Amino acid sequence: MKNVFKRAAKGAHLPHNKNTQNISTVDLPVPEKILLPMQQHIGAPAVPVVKKGDQVYVGSLIGRAEGYVSAPIHSGVSGTVTDIRELQVSSGARIPAVEITADGKQTVDPSIEPPKVNDYESFTTAIRNSGLVGLGGAGFPTAVKLTMKDLSIIDTLIINGAECEPYITADNREFVENPQDVINGILEVKKWLGIKNVIIGIERNKPEAIDTMFALSKGDPSITVKPLSSVYPQGAEKILIENCTGREVPRGGLPSDVGCIVMNVSSVAFVARYLRTGMPLVSRRLTVDGSAVVEPRNVNVIVGTPIQNLLDFCGGLKGEVGEIITGGPMMGVSVMDTSFPILKQNNAVLAFSRAESALPPVGECIHCGRCIETCPMGLSPVIIAKAYNGHNLAELNNLMVDLCMECGSCSYVCPAKRPVTETMRLAKAMLRKGAKK
Amino acid sequence: MLVKASPHIRDNSSTQKIMLDVIIALCPAIIASGIIFGLRALLVIAVTVIACVAFEYLYCFLMKKPIPVGDFSAVVTGILLAFNLPSTLPLWMAVIGAFVSIVIVKQLFGGLGHNFANPAIVGRIVLAVSFTGRMTSYAFPQFEGGVDALAGATPLVATKTADLPLLQLFLGAHGGVLGETCAAALLLGGIWLVARKVISPVIPLTYLATVAVISLLAGQEPLVQLLSGGLMLGAIFMATDYVTSPYTLTGKLVFGLGLGVITCAIRFWANSAEGVSYAILLMNLFVPYINNLTRQKPLGGVKKK
Repeated sequence: MKNVFKRAAKGAHLPHNKNTQNISTVDLPVPEKILLPMQQHIGAPAVPVVKKGDQVYVGSLIGRAEGYVSAPIHSGVSGTVTDIRELQVSSGARIPAVEITADGKQTVDPSIEPPKVNDYESFTTAIRNSGLVGLGGAGFPTAVKLTMKDLSIIDTLIINGAECEPYITADNREFVENPQDVINGILEVKKWLGIKNVIIGIERNKPEAIDTMFALSKGDPSITVKPLSSVYPQGAEKILIENCTGREVPRGGLPSDVGCIVMNVSSVAFVARYLRTGMPLVSRRLTVDGSAVVEPRNVNVIVGTPIQNLLDFCGGLKGEVGEIITGGPMMGVSVMDTSFPILKQNNAVLAFSRAESALPPVGECIHCGRCIETCPMGLSPVIIAKAYNGHNLAELNNLMVDLCMECGSCSYVCPAKRPVTETMRLAKAMLRKGAKK
Repeated sequence: MLVKASPHIRDNSSTQKIMLDVIIALCPAIIASGIIFGLRALLVIAVTVIACVAFEYLYCFLMKKPIPVGDFSAVVTGILLAFNLPSTLPLWMAVIGAFVSIVIVKQLFGGLGHNFANPAIVGRIVLAVSFTGRMTSYAFPQFEGGVDALAGATPLVATKTADLPLLQLFLGAHGGVLGETCAAALLLGGIWLVARKVISPVIPLTYLATVAVISLLAGQEPLVQLLSGGLMLGAIFMATDYVTSPYTLTGKLVFGLGLGVITCAIRFWANSAEGVSYAILLMNLFVPYINNLTRQKPLGGVKKK
């Protein structure tokens, strides 16, 4: 039970728009060319191990992980490397990207075989080689998450099936289409990390997923299926941990500080498939939806496919298009160019009409306090904005602005349509810069 | 194509819709004032509303500020100011009240969202101090004695008497400023605001509960205290003004409690019969401190072990 005197943390009540929830996933045809940026994860970019003219196959290593927090990148097509060039990604950074022209044969790399796993070390090595990153959107390298000095502090594995962003149903389809992979993946992680309890958190707006998981986990008392209220951002790591276990991840801490590991459902299902086949992460499911999309659906896409191919496959766009984003409407990123490739961590491509994506005019703050009531982290955006405007670093630190995860709830509920989340971002940056001095 | 920072969607709320909801919530009381005090009451409301909107427009025009078109906040201030005036007040005095509310309290401090106190309350207080006689010439209900515009005491002044039957108090058929008497209409508006999630019921409920408890302890009749004077109007419409009330649940509880204590102190032990407007003004001034002391605790604010 939440203590309402401590914080309201009501979260935002968004329209779910889960239009594609009950539509089976279809495969996107192999594209002519794919483009693989060497950074599709949080951490250091990978380093290309191929050169122009090289012959590659499905599953061939294209980029080697560089440094501890990084992930390798593999080809999803067989064909020839035709270009290695710099690509500007959404963060603004310029990252090397490898272009591969497909031969259409989809020949599998002969070196692909199921990894040999017999202990914790070999398990995390296998995960590292698979190129797996958090498929829920953040793209944190999974092997880094699973590697820790003291395994004994972890008692709970939380499977994140909340999928709280509107429109996106990719994780829901994973539960419904590959439930056995989900369970097998959970059992593998549980076995090699020696974790006692597993909680599968699913929002109540996914009844089919909840039923499927209940049925499959019935015989195993260590696995609990936990239906969660459909309030945004239910799937945010710290919120999910609080709602599943009642534990509070401390400021500056990690889930492991409260004995938890959180994994996205699609990621954990991929673990099962990888251990079975040895095929690294070269394709993924994502939702294509939004008011400007003719035929919304879930599509299996080879990583590196241009966004335009995906939109064409879904019947193209209709009306005047205002904005295309990868990820959900709350935390997703605007696409500047539809020739940009699909990345590992993209769980949706959404296209909105001009009218829907127009920016509303900004008014004066009327101090209604809705941002404060809504903030899932219990922060006080309107007070933070004041401290930010006054360059008050000590106050920003007191207000713990660094805890903000930029979920967008404050901007969403603001009746004056102020860019509250953007102010929070700027305030975080101000505190970070000030703290370094 | 647009490229913007997340979030890419917004809810359909707006300042304008919030103000419209407040105006809708004020409608029952406007109608009640027309029935109880006659057309003259409606005239006062019309004059203050027009004066408030005109002053806001004029000020922004002269100061070359963007004209706040259609946020309706000046209309709300106008109605609330009129609600705090007797229906017999000379219209030029009402216009002075509107000037104080809009120009001095609101615009000189930065306009919408920057006022330190509720504009209508200060407008009323300035008029009450400047024109005490006229401001307390309460009209009696028109249909009752057949005599309009007769100076007389409100139930509070007339003693604290409280000979009036409770039902009459509840329906508002007694003397007073034009918007405060009909508790039934004000409650109806309050229910609308809570149902539309425009206001949280915490401040009005704490305020009313505090007054009821202190009245009991002080040997007064709690229901009479709740239904008379400007309490209902103040609790539902004036104390819940966003800008001048605290953000958090704890803050709202403290605010409501403070309002109740000050109101009762003035009503029972001070020279003045009515304490609602001074209580709200005083508590308005405490809001920044209350906000600082009652901040919510972030998730993860605990110390790392």
